Amino acid sequence: MAERSKPKVAVWKFASCDGCQLSLLDCEDELLAVAEEIQIANFPEASREVIEGPYDVSLVEGSVTTPHDRERIQMVRKSSKVLITIGACATAGGIQALRNFKDVKDFINTVYANPEFIDTLDQSTPIADHVKVDFELRGCPINKMQLVEVINAFLNSRKPNTPPHSTCIDCKLEGNVCVMVAQGTPCLGPVTHTGCGALCPTYNRGCYGCFGPKETPNTNSLSSWLKQSGANDDQMMRAFRGFNAWSEPFRKESESHD
Amino acid sequence: MNAPVLIDTIGLGQLIKLLQKKGYQVMGPTVRDEAIVYDTLDSINDLPQGWTDEQEAGHYRIKKRDDNAYFGYVVGPHSWKKYLHPPRRRLWRAEQKDGEVDIIPESAESTRFAFLGVRSCELHAITIQDEVFIKGPHVDNDYRLRRENALIIAVNCTQSAPTCFCVSMNTGPKAESGYDLVLTEILENNIHHFLVQAGSEKGLELLGELDPRPAKESDISKAEKGIEQAAQQMSRSMKTDGIKELLFENLEHPRWDEVAERCLSCANCTMVCPTCFCSTVEDVTDITGDHAERWQRWDSCFTMDFSYLHGGSVRSSTKSRYRQWMTHKLASWIDQFGSSGCVGCGRCVTWCPVGIDITEEVRAIENAGSKTSTPSQGGKE
Ligand code: SF4
Ligand code: SF4
Ligand code: SF4
Ligand code: SF4
Repeated sequence: MAERSKPKVAVWKFASCDGCQLSLLDCEDELLAVAEEIQIANFPEASREVIEGPYDVSLVEGSVTTPHDRERIQMVRKSSKVLITIGACATAGGIQALRNFKDVKDFINTVYANPEFIDTLDQSTPIADHVKVDFELRGCPINKMQLVEVINAFLNSRKPNTPPHSTCIDCKLEGNVCVMVAQGTPCLGPVTHTGCGALCPTYNRGCYGCFGPKETPNTNSLSSWLKQSGANDDQMMRAFRGFNAWSEPFRKESESHD
Repeated sequence: MNAPVLIDTIGLGQLIKLLQKKGYQVMGPTVRDEAIVYDTLDSINDLPQGWTDEQEAGHYRIKKRDDNAYFGYVVGPHSWKKYLHPPRRRLWRAEQKDGEVDIIPESAESTRFAFLGVRSCELHAITIQDEVFIKGPHVDNDYRLRRENALIIAVNCTQSAPTCFCVSMNTGPKAESGYDLVLTEILENNIHHFLVQAGSEKGLELLGELDPRPAKESDISKAEKGIEQAAQQMSRSMKTDGIKELLFENLEHPRWDEVAERCLSCANCTMVCPTCFCSTVEDVTDITGDHAERWQRWDSCFTMDFSYLHGGSVRSSTKSRYRQWMTHKLASWIDQFGSSGCVGCGRCVTWCPVGIDITEEVRAIENAGSKTSTPSQGGKE
């Protein structure tokens, strides 16, 4: 094909477990092909080499939890043409957003011997609350094949195939038997954004909602059904208070059972 | 095609072997993941002998029967659509080399399927999909090939589930046509017989190789009684007289808002429905951009992308999406393909995670409709 210049890609970490950026390293077979086509400009997990910005693409992992990060994300945005957030921390605030439901000072006083050294924000928030985000890739962790797909689509100037519909559709494409209907196992699939290939239902478990709310989620109807089938408010509150607890539809739903 | 004959379990086992010998991949019911699904059958031992299913809106459980019937279940989560119109299929590939683009069409699938255990409603569903994929102006050749190669061994239902409503849809429980062979299971004191009739030359030929016994009058009446029992058990129904007019005259009925409060727009109903045929295409490339593929995959009118025109989705509310599904199945399908798009199999009722029941939704509109308009169903206002 016609020579194209190698885009400069940077990977940034905010408050997160590193799992999502490690997905990129986990793409063994595809990684070499990816590395041929892009210039990795800043990827501390993979290499110490740092190439100066501006960057064509920034992949941002993690949520904003400290005053320092709040400043840093502005710098990342300024030096990036395209900013893509990856994973539940970056797109929804992550599991650490559980702090948002309580007073963070209480946690700090309980956990740290010297709370005065801790400089943190009251809330863990997604990147899109702070800067403009061009594309959000969901998941906790993200699906590495979807990450390759997003990079691939960007390189080839096409739309990535990361549909926002329910996990149920992919569950059915896989030929799974619905665990909710056939076994009475609670499953968040009908309100959850697809992306994992319905991994848990494929192994006979209910969906935990790792990819966050799907388009037009009806969490209320699902909760009512599950409660009719024997779940209590505490269980429903916990079901929606996972990695995507701070995404608005899940947050509202969990609060209604609090 | 022939006078009914009888085979026993040995005959049934031989039938499977015979089909395999003839080069068919035999697909049929088997127990997996706490359900009776359709999968490859190696032998008669793979059949769900002694199992049945318990179904209600949003509820399915397999249960042990107190006899050892082979076909003592109804319909499960899968339908034959997954073989004839597979969930994902590559349509073509393209390679780019030295500035030239080469398009490589997919070679047509040559798998020869033999479907064992096809129920009457499913025969009707296959006929409906034939209408969509073969009879219209745009023939899906891949589907046509699979369909022409497929051999169908139907089984008459001798029991029905509370979610079935084929009687009211005129689609069962007795298989009337569209099969190569049809079996009715007769089980007495745990002794098995299958009443067999051929529906095609191919079926007749197969039967000839099985060495069946002639059936007695009493065998035939036992089989008929079984089918009659399935019809008698059926508690659900849908009133189809004037249904098209009823739905079209009630497009702004408040019931659509009510069902939208419950509907998850999860698309399970369209995925399990044996007649829903919608698909979308996804283009993929490899990283270099030298290799591209176009894939087809099942889609549903419950997604936003389905009605995406430039600038947004035409059906953004769940109300409009549920209404699309139901009015297409039960009303506009009639104009489009000459029959209802529903065969009364009850899958959308059972496999809806929140138990939404299409028959109940029709009834709600019908009842409320008759309050505000003339008493006759679908009457003009
Ligand atoms: S198992 Fe879960 S994801 Fe799969 S169809 Fe059922 S509700 Fe949906
Ligand atoms: S609409 Fe429901 S009952 Fe009718 S054919 Fe489809 S799945 Fe079966
Ligand atoms: S009901 Fe929806 S998914 Fe099914 S055939 Fe009609 S438009 Fe397609
Ligand atoms: S009717 Fe049921 S299965 Fe269909 S989209 Fe709505 S909730 Fe899902």
